[in-house]
Amino acid sequence: MTADTSDTKVKAIAVTRDSEKLAAPPNLARDELGSALSFDRSMPGKQGILFPAMDVPESDLPPRAFLREAAPSLPELSQLDVVRYYTALSRLNYSIDSGFYPLGSCTMKYNPKIDEDIARLPGFAGLHPLQPEDTVQGVLRLFFELQDLFAEITGLHTASLAPMAGAQGELAGILTIKAWLEANGRAGRTRVLVPDAAHGTNPATAAMCGFDVVSIPTAADGDMDLAALEAALDDRAAALMLTIPNTLGLFDPNILRIVELVHGAGALMYGDGANLNAIAGQVKPGELGFDVMHINVHKTLSTPHGGGGPGAGPIAVTAALAPFLPEPYVIVDEEANSFRLVRPERSIGRLGAFHGNSGVLVRAYTYLRTLGAAGLREMSEAAVVNANYVQARLKETYTLPYDRSCMHETVFSGSRQRARGVRTLDIAKRLIDYGFHPPTVYFPLIVDEALMIEPTEAESKAALDAFCEAMLAIAREAEQQPELLRDAPHQAPLRRLDEATAARKPVLRWRPSAGAAQP
Amino acid sequence: MQPSADGVHDPYLGTTAAERAAMLARIGVASAEALFAPIPPAFRNPPLRLPPPLSEQELLRELSAIAGQNRHTGELISFLGGGAYRHYVPSVVGHIVGRSEFYTAYTPYQPEISQGTLQGAFEFQSLVCELTGMDVANAGMYDGASAFAEACLMAVAVTGRRRIAVLDSVNPAYIDTVRTYASGHGLPVELVSPEQPRLGAEHACLAVQQPNGLGFLEDVQRLSEAAHISGALFIADVDPISLGLLREPGAYGADIVTGSGQALGGGLNYGGPHVGLFACRERFVRQLPGRIVGQTKDLDGRTGYVLTLQTREQHIRRERATSNICTSQQLLALATAVYLTLLGPAGLRQIASLCYHKAHYAAGRIRELPGFRLASDAPFFKEFAMQCPCSPGELLPALLERGILGGIDVSGRVRNGLLIAVTEMNTRGEIDALVAALAEAVRP
Amino acid sequence: METPRDLKYSREHEWVRMDGETATVGITDFAQDQLGDIVYLGLPDPGASVEQFGKIGEIESVKSVSELFTPVGGEVSEVNQAAIDDPEIVNKEPYGAGWLIRLRIADPAQFDNLLSAEEYEAHTTSEH
Repeated sequence: MTADTSDTKVKAIAVTRDSEKLAAPPNLARDELGSALSFDRSMPGKQGILFPAMDVPESDLPPRAFLREAAPSLPELSQLDVVRYYTALSRLNYSIDSGFYPLGSCTMKYNPKIDEDIARLPGFAGLHPLQPEDTVQGVLRLFFELQDLFAEITGLHTASLAPMAGAQGELAGILTIKAWLEANGRAGRTRVLVPDAAHGTNPATAAMCGFDVVSIPTAADGDMDLAALEAALDDRAAALMLTIPNTLGLFDPNILRIVELVHGAGALMYGDGANLNAIAGQVKPGELGFDVMHINVHKTLSTPHGGGGPGAGPIAVTAALAPFLPEPYVIVDEEANSFRLVRPERSIGRLGAFHGNSGVLVRAYTYLRTLGAAGLREMSEAAVVNANYVQARLKETYTLPYDRSCMHETVFSGSRQRARGVRTLDIAKRLIDYGFHPPTVYFPLIVDEALMIEPTEAESKAALDAFCEAMLAIAREAEQQPELLRDAPHQAPLRRLDEATAARKPVLRWRPSAGAAQP
Repeated sequence: MQPSADGVHDPYLGTTAAERAAMLARIGVASAEALFAPIPPAFRNPPLRLPPPLSEQELLRELSAIAGQNRHTGELISFLGGGAYRHYVPSVVGHIVGRSEFYTAYTPYQPEISQGTLQGAFEFQSLVCELTGMDVANAGMYDGASAFAEACLMAVAVTGRRRIAVLDSVNPAYIDTVRTYASGHGLPVELVSPEQPRLGAEHACLAVQQPNGLGFLEDVQRLSEAAHISGALFIADVDPISLGLLREPGAYGADIVTGSGQALGGGLNYGGPHVGLFACRERFVRQLPGRIVGQTKDLDGRTGYVLTLQTREQHIRRERATSNICTSQQLLALATAVYLTLLGPAGLRQIASLCYHKAHYAAGRIRELPGFRLASDAPFFKEFAMQCPCSPGELLPALLERGILGGIDVSGRVRNGLLIAVTEMNTRGEIDALVAALAEAVRP
Repeated sequence: METPRDLKYSREHEWVRMDGETATVGITDFAQDQLGDIVYLGLPDPGASVEQFGKIGEIESVKSVSELFTPVGGEVSEVNQAAIDDPEIVNKEPYGAGWLIRLRIADPAQFDNLLSAEEYEAHTTSEH
């Protein structure tokens, strides 16, 4: 599944690399990659930041039993040491600002700079979460309006901003459904239905909420298998979790029938908003009959991913579910003409210490205020056009398991190349050599050797063409020089990494004695 | 806002109308509308009631005005804590996390081109272990409270027991978060007293905070022993800044340690985003929720980092995963790593000492005022609950009039209780101003 | 792909070897090849009693988790600690040093429910 790490192979490659090194002198000014962590660079006595002098008389310390005996082994570095080290690390990263990032289901679109600036205004970033409400009316107004904006986009009644990530939005949404079912005499419903192509968070969330998971197969055309759905819908069914459009990048034309079946069986519709970038402004899931939906603002609403968070996962719900939303929720007190944080009447409770990821939500708000309704429609339409363009350019060369127009992302199978002994992983790694971040690979699980491409609306036609040219060139290489792919990448900061040894003999931290990074 | 020369309102579109027309021709459809054909026609193009689009300069003006309706901690004197603390964020931290190579990257699924993120996460894990005295740490959780809640669920998974015991002195927002997370499986959450933590063979854990929700120190050694005698895990949620001075949880037998990384270079951000710290004993590593980065070699034998032990996680184990979490608040974890590396052990000790002595100076001065006394005789670190001669509901507005955020009203937990946090950001002058304002506010 | 003739097999890709009253259980060459680099084994403790075709643990590769089942029931008498410490030997020697558990078997008649080498090979061909 990963790199071939047999010893002979490693040696053979190391030899060729050594001979290449003869041509260029070693770059002594730059550290050997990864050879030294901050701990290994530590020099006793260095300190990167100084603090004010003590301006109060010192008090007695607590009894010894409460005190630390030895200081923690934190690294000791000068300020420039720290800046150089982390700057060097940053340059080992691929990022949106440096290139095309077509990760399917991740919506890696441009993160507007003005949104960063605004989130950093002291009037937002410098607020303590427990300040009196009359000192934070600006941000509460913003929250209140954002709740409305999310309700408007999803076609639902209202929204909660509390969930700090998409997966936490799922948790909040399913707990909200569970609470509603219990309050409406349907506590015996113990099953959540999840399509087999769903993100892993869906079944994991359902399980965390105490439900059994029933997998619903995908039909040959990429839509939901309606017969299987009907069979699974009995009085044990609590909800169907459905990504819209689905994780194959397809909009299920039977959506109204699906909703009818689910509601008819007394269950609720949960919408996974991971793919909202395809439909924002085009159709409102609430109007189709969804009861709950989460929004990944770090996807559709363009807040940065940060290398793996922070994001935010607000949920929108119907009026019936609103009393069960997590705490807090913002209301307007008409009498006092002010905004207040409240706990909904029958709330499922808190999801974290405070009010959600405010800093991320400010960025989502600024993005929506920038686009407006017309801009939002242009956004999703262009995202869909871009994905279909990539599909059209590549479908002769790569297998398209569901051969129909897609929404904002298109899923290919590398099965044709696999027959040549080249795996999708090899294609992905070779794309790195061409200067692109690879698409999502091996997801959805139901597609053999899956390659899931999501170009987003922000990319130029030139960028899409360059990417397609690279994909076509790689397909030719797979025919003519497959070894070139199996060894790829050749141009990245590191070559393929030994993930098997990493998992077998986990080294999860620096250790004082050995120094984890000794060669 | 004026639309672009091309007539569009989304300033971030990458293609022109002419290009899109050419692309549609290549796709083989007459218009984009054809691509949306699977959507039931009656539901297509619904009216969309959004405010009109704004140009960048209009946006900045409007949002600056909204921000201006808030009074931030930089213009007020703040003694607010309760789980979020105003500590100095060194300039370097903002500059590093502000590098777009970090903030515009995705989860490091392709390690060959994500070593910056991965090595940064490995630094974070290592620093959290050093700080807490624990064996292993994950790459980060949503925040302190959700980390604390996940720790309780992890204890249930490890022990196979269902009851969660939480000390009643824990921050109520944290307790509430535990209840939310426990509700999915209907796990009972019991509040127990620090004096008599009655635990039995059904308890998965005893979860405490050090310092506790009122700022005071618990006898964690005794509580840890009490948990272990009954076969429960001991979970400690700590203030990481305090660990420059106070005993690390690894030294008093904690099995799982959580904390908010907000204090470590994260800023306030009206409560989020923050990062949660999560560390545990080595033997529980396969039950850890969240992302973990491990060290390995590449084909040329060079050291590198990868996401590892992924079979615990939702994208592989699905409904049997240790948690549904799939973020590590990576950018905040990076800020934490940069922060701790800038400080080093001496800097951390200095900042902990500044907090400790300033808080004790403040408590000492306030206690001299008639009618004020500490809510407990127990030692405290940088935050303390003070019993006031009258309701904090009356005092706080008077303090605010003088530009002072005087603390948090905890009269629900302590009669006339006011929770006051003091950090290195508070000068002696600010503390003296607080004391003077309190004196004046209670004067009849 | 190797399929020793002297062993019996389950449809879940485990093999079993009889030695008096003791049965040794492992996964097949086909299974280890499908899994790729094996990184972790979760096995029962000695003394545990297991039922034929019942779940006995988990086997993990870098990016997959599979359940392990036992072809025959009985009481676990021994667990292969060497394989737990170094799961790679299951890849290298699935029928030898990479065995998983030994059992005191409950009922020899259970062997009649298992596949021969030829039948197992036919099973893997049809599944593949």
